[in-house]
Amino acid sequence: MRRPRIPVGGPWQLLLLACSFALAGYAGVRLLGAADDRFDVVLWIVGAALLHDLVLLPLYTAADRAVVHGLDAAGHRTWTGYVRVPAAFSGLLLLVWFPLIAGRVDRRYRLGTGLSPDGFLARWLLITAVLFGGSALLLALRLRRAGRRRPPAVR
Amino acid sequence: MRDDPRLPTSPGFWRSPLRGPWFTSVLGVVLLVGITVLFVTGLVSYAAYNPDLSPVNDKTPDKGILGFYLFAWPTHPHWLYRLNQGVHVTLGITLVPVLLAKLWSVVPKLFALPPARSLAHALERISLVLLVGGGLFEFVTGVLNIQLDYVFPGSFYPLHFYGAWVFIAAFVAHAVLKTPRALRNLRHLREGREGEEDGLVSPRPAEPTVSRRGALWFVGGGALLLFLTTVGQCFDSLRRTALLAPHGGADPGSGPNGFQINKTAAYAGIDPAEIGPDAWRLVVTGRTGTVRLARAQLAALPLHSSALPIACVEGWSTSDQWWRGVRLRDLAALVGYDGDPPDLFVESLQRRGAFRHAALSAGQVADPRSLLALYVNGEELSPDHGHPARVIVPAAPGVLNTKWVARMTFGDL
Repeated sequence: MRRPRIPVGGPWQLLLLACSFALAGYAGVRLLGAADDRFDVVLWIVGAALLHDLVLLPLYTAADRAVVHGLDAAGHRTWTGYVRVPAAFSGLLLLVWFPLIAGRVDRRYRLGTGLSPDGFLARWLLITAVLFGGSALLLALRLRRAGRRRPPAVR
Repeated sequence: MRDDPRLPTSPGFWRSPLRGPWFTSVLGVVLLVGITVLFVTGLVSYAAYNPDLSPVNDKTPDKGILGFYLFAWPTHPHWLYRLNQGVHVTLGITLVPVLLAKLWSVVPKLFALPPARSLAHALERISLVLLVGGGLFEFVTGVLNIQLDYVFPGSFYPLHFYGAWVFIAAFVAHAVLKTPRALRNLRHLREGREGEEDGLVSPRPAEPTVSRRGALWFVGGGALLLFLTTVGQCFDSLRRTALLAPHGGADPGSGPNGFQINKTAAYAGIDPAEIGPDAWRLVVTGRTGTVRLARAQLAALPLHSSALPIACVEGWSTSDQWWRGVRLRDLAALVGYDGDPPDLFVESLQRRGAFRHAALSAGQVADPRSLLALYVNGEELSPDHGHPARVIVPAAPGVLNTKWVARMTFGDL
């Protein structure tokens, strides 16, 4: 008869994780000490994971589903990529360069670099326009090609 | 309840047909290589400050064994720091979409039940908090710092350095546990077989809107877009292509002093009166005492030229500029170190800022290309580039090239 027991898992795996936690602990103590407030670092690390997994990811998933469903309902499911790609690329640029685009650091940026902080929003909007414009152009070309290939009667 | 597809704990909740061993394995291998490069270039960048030379160079003095690898930073090749930091920052930006895609591809695992199948599995899941949270922390602090948005909870250097070690501890464990399977999956795929199912494939996949190959092109395209709009800030000739990078676009000025600036004279709190010819004197101290030199006296010393870049920890850099000034080792000779230049402690007129003081090693002082520059590209230095005099050392991080130099103390540190 087998006794019920708590499964432990592989010994190598346990050893590896113990090493990993030891190193993370050694650096982590210093990381906490480097912060103005220890709690803030924990909040940033755990918060970053939660914010990504529970806010950012569901948000862009929902936006993507809305696009897919909307186009599906209109009978243009195959157009999804032509909306998704420029929207995602534009959103990616906004995500990475948000402080500059939103003008969060205008004063420090101007004083620090001697450069004008004013162009970022305009440049991002222009890139976004080019991305969507290029995508629309590609879609138009594809539709024209598809139209030519079809027999005239169906057209 | 586990199988109610309305709940994210159910495999049926996740419907994308893209998720699976293939997509995750490809992204994982890209990140394995990319993050290794980011970590190594980050460590090298810390070594470039010569932190053990003087407390003013070291923003993480309680590093303990984490500084085990430190080495005396060389002056050859003169573009070494420029390359290292350009790779670190540009690659970090480029990998953002790969990281996001990787996290997207494994998100069902976050919710998977039971929470733990064994003690080792429980520990592995706890370690994933450090992996995901620590990784995002490193990317976020880096991306914010290069945009001068200092909202993170402390000074950038220790947060990013110690954060990197916390992250890499979890990363190495994850890589050791997962890389063999990822490589096996990629091999299977090349042979036209399916990868090993590991709970990522949706049991009720939605109708696909893009092929797996198309999804990879999508991620790669995002990475390419970021790369192409960022990399230009490392080259004067390509700068205008860096459309959204902090040091992209136009140069701050035109003419010989028009190149990129880190901290203007106004930012550093430099009073125009104190750098004028009547007020400013360079105080040089060494073995034989102290020498005070007006700018005209410095300019009457033997002048030498060197072509060196400004390379910032923030990843941007200029192409080589033509500097002209007095060799640091000649200044050392003025105060009793003829032929055996020692270390050097440089102080700026700058009122505040982490690097208004900097220490240079004897090796850096001895290099004939290391100058106290008075001129750049054939003109006098502008106030924003450090007038009346600034240090310029081959391969050194930008902040060690002290501007508005007031005092130089030669002697072993």
